[in-house]
Order: sequence, then structure tokens, then C-alpha cells
Amino acid sequence: MSTPDTGIDAGRRRGRKGGGSSARFRKVGDGAVNVLVKEPGRFFALCLDTGRAMFKWPFQWREFIQQAWFIVSVTVVPTMLVAIPFGGILSLQVGGLIRQFGAQSFTGATAVAAIVREASPLVTSLLVAGAAGSAICADIGSRKIREEIDAMEVLGINPLHRLVVPRMLACAFVALFLNGLVSVVGLMGGYFFNVMLQGGTPGAYLASFNAIAQLPDLLQAEVKAFVFGITAGLVAAYKGLNAKGGPKGVGDAVNQTVVITFMLLFVENFLISSLYFQLVPSKGM
Amino acid sequence: MGVEIRVEGLTKSFGRQVIWQDVSLTIPAGEISVLLGPSGTGKSVFLKSLVGLLKPDRGHIWIGDRDLPRLPESQLYETRKLFGVLFQDGALFGSMNLFDNIAFPLREHTRKRESEIKNIVLEKMEMVGLLGAEHKLPGEISGGMKKRAGLARALVLDPEILLVDEPDSGLDPVRTAFLNQVFIDLNAQIGATFLIVTHDINTARTLPDNIGLLYQRHLAMFGPREMLLTSDEPVVRQFLNASKVGPIGMSEEKDESELEAEAKLGHDPGKLPPIPPQQMPSNGMLRAGMHAPGAWCAAHGVTPPPGSFVDDLGRNWVEEWPRYVASMTPVGASGGPGAPGGRFPGSPPPGRPGAGAGY
Repeated sequence: MSTPDTGIDAGRRRGRKGGGSSARFRKVGDGAVNVLVKEPGRFFALCLDTGRAMFKWPFQWREFIQQAWFIVSVTVVPTMLVAIPFGGILSLQVGGLIRQFGAQSFTGATAVAAIVREASPLVTSLLVAGAAGSAICADIGSRKIREEIDAMEVLGINPLHRLVVPRMLACAFVALFLNGLVSVVGLMGGYFFNVMLQGGTPGAYLASFNAIAQLPDLLQAEVKAFVFGITAGLVAAYKGLNAKGGPKGVGDAVNQTVVITFMLLFVENFLISSLYFQLVPSKGM
Repeated sequence: MGVEIRVEGLTKSFGRQVIWQDVSLTIPAGEISVLLGPSGTGKSVFLKSLVGLLKPDRGHIWIGDRDLPRLPESQLYETRKLFGVLFQDGALFGSMNLFDNIAFPLREHTRKRESEIKNIVLEKMEMVGLLGAEHKLPGEISGGMKKRAGLARALVLDPEILLVDEPDSGLDPVRTAFLNQVFIDLNAQIGATFLIVTHDINTARTLPDNIGLLYQRHLAMFGPREMLLTSDEPVVRQFLNASKVGPIGMSEEKDESELEAEAKLGHDPGKLPPIPPQQMPSNGMLRAGMHAPGAWCAAHGVTPPPGSFVDDLGRNWVEEWPRYVASMTPVGASGGPGAPGGRFPGSPPPGRPGAGAGY
């Protein structure tokens, strides 16, 4: 049966012979539209669908607990190991400066403010994106290329409800605790460096804790951690569900997940911080 | 009894690349159909569109009175319960053992007790010859076993439509033959509508009631097996005879110079090989969807190539058929002409007076 030489394909064949530059322009244009409009659009659609799937019963408690435990197992130790030097470096940097000002008794105050407000959400975001997000993406992506996701849909089960929602919530749930962990471990690291190595007094370090910091600082950090967890879970799910092209496709998806999540989390961190300083007045000393 | 699938003007493209356009066909209820096509013509895409995993750009897919691409999500999931799909590699859930994989749809969609589930799962596993492998993980078994496990999982909810994606890829010829026999037997038992996507010419020639051929972004032909096996259409003829001579080249289509060179050499596609007899159920049943051998040829005045419908034992199935059908009918069963009773599973679809009547 002969096929009439019509339609898009005919255009493509003509394009091959002449008009190479216009084809190239079109390709660049397609790419730009894809990156600027289509991908964010699809991601947003996935977010909405996931939001809707979140309120469908029954909630997958088993999957949630398993995933939460899994995320804890891949993030806790690295988080602590990153948090200790973070607190230490803050003490070293700020401690020296603050001693020159003669305000050594406020070392503790600066450490709390810096760690609770900024450092711990940042460390949490690094770990959530790097460890949890990549693991979730690899898991969902490999399921995608093995056609498990398709099989699930054909069996009448919504993979968003079954796989994505529990993972996303587990990620957010664990991020809350990671944030707390980083705050505590970071402060302990700061205390150790200040008291043991810089000759600060334990009393002054502890007494000045609430000089600058206040309770809303901790709350905004927890809100950040929760948002980071949700974001990392969604990006990982989006990239995983769109993985294609075999094992290399999964690798690419994981790579993109980590990069995109990092960037998004830093932007979110900036936005929430600036919003926080506008909404909550700083504590006067 | 199976459900009819009616596809109208279906078009699908990825970006600027058209996969196929204006595909229209009706897959008759309860019959086995095979979809053929050179690699990369979008056979798997077609299968995925049929079950709503991919959304076509245009066109309708009618499953009963429901138009699949336009169904809201909740109804789509509901409609999918009519389908059983066997994916290329079985698509088993890697974290579950075979038993849990096969029990999964039952646990999700039914309120059966665990003992009932166990019975059903073991029955299906026996059907595909997997008894004893319940506790193996998908990573520990061979490709053939994965396919059979995937088939068992596709069967537990008693689907009305079974879609199979390349059952023979990566399987040895013996296992392929066994799997084909399983399809035939299953069709006889549950009467579901089968659509099998394959590359295997032997499967395509002996297994189905209907054959379709996708070529160059179009459905080249779809119809009864005998129609395609006796067709003069160059593409159909080349493909069903696995020949190098014809319009299909290494890169999907030959260019004009190649075709001219072929014409100059005076290549003749040759005489059509005989039509092999269709595979029969091994369990002594008669399939509701099966047509009498030679019926289409007789009805359309086509002379089948000499030696057609003769099996390995030298029996001519055109002559053998009435006797075979009669042997299926137990004493006292009231069957119309050509409509066998007995273990005949279900009545033939309306509009077709009997299994032997042809088109």
C-alpha cells in the first residue's frame, strides 16, 4: 500500500534537502518552549494531581512508614557528619571576630541565630535533595523503565496515590526531624569548638542562647524543611516517572533531580527567609 | 465473553514525529487478532493507546459504549479492569515475589479472603506452568518465566480483553510455541478478545483469527487471517513471507532506486506458500471466535494456494472441520448448523450465525 507523501513527515523530508537553518531555528525554538513552558507545565500538573491523590483513601501507611525509614537510613548519618563541621566553622569564623569586638559573651547567640535560622535548613536541603531525592528518583525511574508503572496503571491503580504520595510525605516528615537534628548537632559542634578550642566559657555560650534567636526562628526553619521535603519528593517523582531510554535514562533522571532540586531548594530558602524577615520582627537586644 | 474494540481514525505523534495516523479497525469480540509491522512502526504505542496509557492526538477507541481517550480518570481506571495486559518483560513488581505479584490485583480490587486469593493464584500459576515458583523474586527467574508470571497476573481478574506485547521476544521457539498454545487454550476457556503484537511470522500465520499490519504510519491492512495470507498487496505479501523482495527495506522503506534495481532484476515475489491450518486448543474445546478453515476463501472466491490447511498428519482441515465440530457436540445437544454445543464456551457473537459461517 502506498502512502501519500503528505503531512508533517513530508515537510521533514523537504527540510532535509534545503532550508537547514530554518529547521535548526525551529529545533532551538522547540527546545526553548520545552524548557520554559512545557516541562514546568507538566511538573505543575503532576503537583496538582499528586495533591488530589493525597486526599484519596485509603492512605498507604505501610509504604509511608517503609519509605520514611528508608529515607532516615540514608540521611541521618551524613546529616550529622555535615552538621558538626558546620557548627564548628561558624564558631571559628564568628568567634574570632566577635572577640575583637569584645562581645565574646554573645558567641552563643550568633551561633544559635546562624544555625537555627539558616544553616540547618540548608544542610537539610542538601541531604534531602542529594540523598532522599536521588534515591526516590532512582526507585521510581527504574520502575518506570521496567514498565512497572504502566502495569500498575493497567491494573487500575494510580501510581501517584500508591507510590508518589507516600514518598513525598515521608520525605517531608523526615526533613522535619532532620532539621531538628541539624540544629542540635550543629549547636553541639559550635559549643565544642567555642569552649574547647577558643577558650570561651560554657556559661556565656549557653546564657546568650536566646539573646537574638526566638521561637519563630525554629518554626520557620521547620516550615522550610517541610517545604523542602515536599519539593524534593515531587521533583524526584516527576523525573522518575518521565525517565526513558533504559538504565542511562534513569541515571540522567537522577542527575537532573539532584541539580533541579538543589536549585529549587535554594530559591525556596531565599524566598521563605526574606518573607520571614518581613513578617516576623527581629528580637531587640 | 470478550468485548469488541472499535478504533476510529486514531492518530498519534510524539512532537513532530507522526507514529501512525488514521488507524481504523474493529477487533471482533472473542477473537484472536495479531498486529504485525516492521520494527519501530509503533505497535507497542498502539497497544498502550488502547489501554489508555498514551493519549492519541485524534480519534476514538470504543470499548463497548465508552470512548477511552475521552473518559475521565475515575472511569478510565474502572474501564481498565476489563483489560489484562502482558508487557514485553512481564513488568512484574520487583519488590514482590511471584505469588504476591499475581495476587496483587485481587488484593487491590476485590474483598476476597486470603484463602480464596491463594486458590485463584495457584490455579492461574498452574495454568501457565509456574507451580512451585511462588516464592521466587522476579530478579531470580528467566525471561520466559517472567512472561508467564505476567500472563498469570493479567488473568487473575478474568479480563474481557487481553493485550499482549511481543510474547515471543527473547523466547526460544519451543517456549514460544507453548505460549501460543496457552493463548489458544485461554481464548477457548475465557472467550476474551485477544490482541497480540508480534514479529514472529510463524505465530502470525498460525495463531490468530485476524491479522493487521502497520506500515509507514498507516494501518496497511486488517482482516481475517486467510484474507491477508492470500493477499497480493506487496507489503502484506513481503511481511507475511519474511521476504527481502518488496517495498520494505532495511530503513523502513526502500528508496526508488532500490525498487527500480529490484524491478530490473525481475525479482518475483514468487508463489504464495500454502496457508497453514490454524492452531487448535489442546484441551478439547472449540473456540467461539474460530472460523471454519477455508470459509473466508470460499466466501470471497479466492483459491487458497495448493497444500493449504493441511496439517503435519496430512489431514485437510477444510474436510476435517465438520467432523471435528460434530465430535464436539454431545448427544442430545441442540446446536444450529455449524454452531457446536457441548463444551463450546458461550454463544457466537450476534451477526455471525455460527463459528463455521465465515464472513
